[in-house]
Amino acid sequence: MTERLLRFTVNGEPREVRVADDRRLVDVLRDDLRLTGTKEGCSVGVCGVCGVLVDGALVSACLYPAVFADGASITTIEGIARGGTLAPLQEAFISEGGFQCGICTPGQIVAAAALLAERPRPTDAEIDEWMTGSLCRCTGYAGIRRAIRKAAGG
Amino acid sequence: MSYAYHEPSELDEALALLARHGDDAHAVAGATAFMLLYRQGLLRPSHVVGLRRVRSLGGIRDDGGALVIGATATHREAERSPLVARHCAALARAFASVATVRVRNQATVGGNLAHADPAQDPPAMLLALDAAVTAVSPGGTREIPLAELFVDVLTTSLAPGELITAVRVPALAPGTRAAYVKFLPRTADDYATVSVAATLRRSEDGRVADVRVVLGAVGPTPIRATSAEDALRGAAPDAARIAEAAALARDAADPIDDVRGSAAYKREMARVWTERALRSLVA
Repeated sequence: MTERLLRFTVNGEPREVRVADDRRLVDVLRDDLRLTGTKEGCSVGVCGVCGVLVDGALVSACLYPAVFADGASITTIEGIARGGTLAPLQEAFISEGGFQCGICTPGQIVAAAALLAERPRPTDAEIDEWMTGSLCRCTGYAGIRRAIRKAAGG
Repeated sequence: MSYAYHEPSELDEALALLARHGDDAHAVAGATAFMLLYRQGLLRPSHVVGLRRVRSLGGIRDDGGALVIGATATHREAERSPLVARHCAALARAFASVATVRVRNQATVGGNLAHADPAQDPPAMLLALDAAVTAVSPGGTREIPLAELFVDVLTTSLAPGELITAVRVPALAPGTRAAYVKFLPRTADDYATVSVAATLRRSEDGRVADVRVVLGAVGPTPIRATSAEDALRGAAPDAARIAEAAALARDAADPIDDVRGSAAYKREMARVWTERALRSLVA
């Protein structure tokens, strides 16, 4: 058997998808489920644009075997806003100019959401440490940090 | 063509699958390193045996003063574990300094050791702490000191079909201090140009009773700088003696030229960072 039926929830919705055992989560999300908000950049776990949450844990979907997601609860960038309303974190990215070209933004926001879930009031040092490896090639890091700080209420 | 993925819940089942499929099988835990090697075509197994559901391989516990970290504990579990922090804060820092939080959420402690990448952080620190892995195969269980586990780049002394079940860090002698430092001239999440893990204990007269110095990223395996240790043991660790030991660590390094520096530069940085690590332990 080299393929199987995976059952998991994506952004709160139960989903079933038949996949080859060697598929990556990023391909299942983008190609099978058409959730193309999750981007693929470096493909080697370094750049952060494919960041998603699996049972709340931030991982690189390009390094994550899809079979590991069986039974899990997955959150992608499409699941951060609720009912068509942007989350405060997303509003903060807009008001603080937390992006420039935008390609890294889904990964930045998912990573920041994971940080705030774990540490609702992070220090700047904690923000910098956590966001290490969420690369912005426009170097918009100051705005990203301001946005996270604002979303944290600081 | 895809491999067939197996996810046993018992260790015996995992060992049986590996034995049955031999060279066609590969074991994974977090699968971070595996995914990279598979995508590059460097590994082409027909069967992949996932260990993540084997409960006996997980968890972190104290065993009569020794710290035992299960093979499938993630780096993130280890860096956040109060048991690890209490045992040795520098060890918690070594786990926390691996790559990024995304990788640390997925990559496991046992997988990191089995991968045997000499530029990784935990191997050097665990070697400095005199750790050993417990390995199991259909033939039985054995302890492998880390000094004997690492053979070459990405190569261990594990037998085919043998699995790491845990890493065991013995109790530190009272008064032992430990440090882990890492030279990152490029980016915060890069591999080190050189890393230094060291432990040091002084006797009541202030002389060095025991010391271990291990260099990471400057050889095919983590390198124990025994000549540097010998220069310090029994001596008063003043600035001159530490400088002498650090110069010996430079000679113990065996680096290659790459994007993180020339071999000559890395040797010199091994000296500088050994000196800094040792100074921090006697400050």
